[in-house]
Amino acid sequence: MPVELAFAIEVLIAGLLSGVMYSLVALGFVLIFKASGVFNFAQGAMVLFAALTFVRILEMGVNFWLAIAIALAVMILLAVIIERVMLRPLVAQPVIILFMATIGLNYFLEGLAQGIWDSQVHGLDIGIPDVPWMSILESTNILISLFDVWTAVICGVLVLFLAFFFQKGRIGRALRAVADDNQAAMSVGIPLQLIWAIVWAAAGMVALVAGAIWGQRLGVQFSISLVALKALPVLILGGFNSIAGAIIGGLIIGASEKLAEVYLGPIIGGGIESWAAYFIAMLFLIVRPQGLFGEKIIERV
Amino acid sequence: MLYRETGQFKTSYKKDMAIFPIRQDRWALIATLIFVVVGVPLLATEHVIAGYLIPLLIWAIAAIGLNILTGYTGQLSLGHGAFMAVGAYSAYNLAARVPEIPIILVFLLAGLIAAIFGVLVGSPSLRIKGFYLAVATLAAQFFVEWVFATFPWFVGGAASMVIDTPKMTIFGYQITTTLDNYYLVLGFVVVGTLYAKNLVRSEIGRAWMAIRDMDVAAEVIGIRPLYTKLSAFAVSSFYGGVAGALYAFCYVKSVDFTAFDLFVSLKVLFMIIIGGMGSILGCFLGAAFIVVLPIILNEIAHLFAGQIPSAMLSNIEHMIFGGLIIFFLIVEPHGLARLWMTAKEKLRLWPFPH
Repeated sequence: MPVELAFAIEVLIAGLLSGVMYSLVALGFVLIFKASGVFNFAQGAMVLFAALTFVRILEMGVNFWLAIAIALAVMILLAVIIERVMLRPLVAQPVIILFMATIGLNYFLEGLAQGIWDSQVHGLDIGIPDVPWMSILESTNILISLFDVWTAVICGVLVLFLAFFFQKGRIGRALRAVADDNQAAMSVGIPLQLIWAIVWAAAGMVALVAGAIWGQRLGVQFSISLVALKALPVLILGGFNSIAGAIIGGLIIGASEKLAEVYLGPIIGGGIESWAAYFIAMLFLIVRPQGLFGEKIIERV
Repeated sequence: MLYRETGQFKTSYKKDMAIFPIRQDRWALIATLIFVVVGVPLLATEHVIAGYLIPLLIWAIAAIGLNILTGYTGQLSLGHGAFMAVGAYSAYNLAARVPEIPIILVFLLAGLIAAIFGVLVGSPSLRIKGFYLAVATLAAQFFVEWVFATFPWFVGGAASMVIDTPKMTIFGYQITTTLDNYYLVLGFVVVGTLYAKNLVRSEIGRAWMAIRDMDVAAEVIGIRPLYTKLSAFAVSSFYGGVAGALYAFCYVKSVDFTAFDLFVSLKVLFMIIIGGMGSILGCFLGAAFIVVLPIILNEIAHLFAGQIPSAMLSNIEHMIFGGLIIFFLIVEPHGLARLWMTAKEKLRLWPFPH
């Protein structure tokens, strides 16, 4: 295989796989937006909080699986507290008020996470080696990180689990009812508060997974909360209320961002990854204002 | 008893249309104006003026801009920092490259350039709505940050990407002292506030509010959505641009792209939410809250300096700031301006219950 082509494919695959990591963060947004119409700006802070909790418990010498369980329990507790203290009094307020409240929550959680734990950089090893996939490298000359592949697998399992959770059983039906229409769901007796707590807990779980994976990549530190900003273009591209959209959007954004950075970046000055993704997403939005998989917006007077 | 319109008859249409129909309001306004022009320089120390009042006034202008876009027209924007940055950099380049232009004109031209940029950013708003639009304005925010961080041309080739603003002269008088800067900013605030106050009760202001309340319905009754939305973007970013230019020239006295990052956009958004969406007075209350709160928190933190490590203190400051925002939204989601309105209503009836 010619070197340029191999390189291009390598860039494409690396982009697709890093897109999966964006999808992980975007998933957390989608879950909450679907069920409550809240655009949760604090998702990044939740990722930071989950990752810090997890890594500090690990550092205390706790067993890996037990640490995950404890961190998960903490995130569920956090979800219940957020629902009780912040969301319940703000029910039926305009969405912009709820959005601002989550920005407040973002500040609060950033302070809390670094206040309880600390603001050092913590190395995290979740047991997946960040090495090239040797057999592929030898046969086709394309370098793929095993870590990225594992991330994709974990993400796939998570999405399958969430899709199952959303489709089956009493809770799944209730979740879909709430996502469809808050008020109608309430009037047929679905406990809205409980559903919201469940959804925030699920978003907390997704944040934990995203935090653990990003944590191994970047080290667990403050800047991990900024990956949420990278997930926003994924979100508008895929549509705010589509789990599949978050995945496909992540793949498109990841691949085109890497390709743009490698082939376009040197021409116009480099460092374009901070906004390239937003531009790609905007181009899609002009054609489909509700994102690729978002529900069609029907406007009535 | 004191605040009541009894006996104040509106005998002409002109009086009916007055901007402040109640006499006490006019007196209060004149008193405030006299106080800020004469009283403040006498009472406040230079530190208070330079550190608190000038930024407060500048943020108030920025907040008026965002309030026109978000509060009056209902277009959520997370890119106000970008408009401020465009204003600041335009003002610097105009003042440094064409020194013949009078400085006041420089500020207005900077606002105009920001307005053109704002119209460009706002052009997708006809198709993209709500949070999708908010994220789209984020694109402008990151793009502008990147442009000013990457190309040294905008700072006259300075390698550090930060440059001091040139001296300002108005009709041969050089702006040097803190007080000069204060009066310059105050002039812009007074004119800008009056203009905004009149704008929002004119035809275009009513069109903005119609678009905010329901854009499809507004279109049905004959309001042009594209023109109305883009004019809101233009006016909003004009105010943002002027505020950015004033921020660079009169407050920090240098042009620096890090001063206009995403958190600046969020800060201005906080101001209008805390102050009150769709209220000009709210912009000032919100700006005061957001400017003063961190200072107070910082002062309190200083009391504990030494006992608690400084990293911990800054975390606690973050927590209190975030917590207070949530608390405010729960207690009064319509902002401080609504509290003020309620107080005024109560006062008009006092001492009677109804």
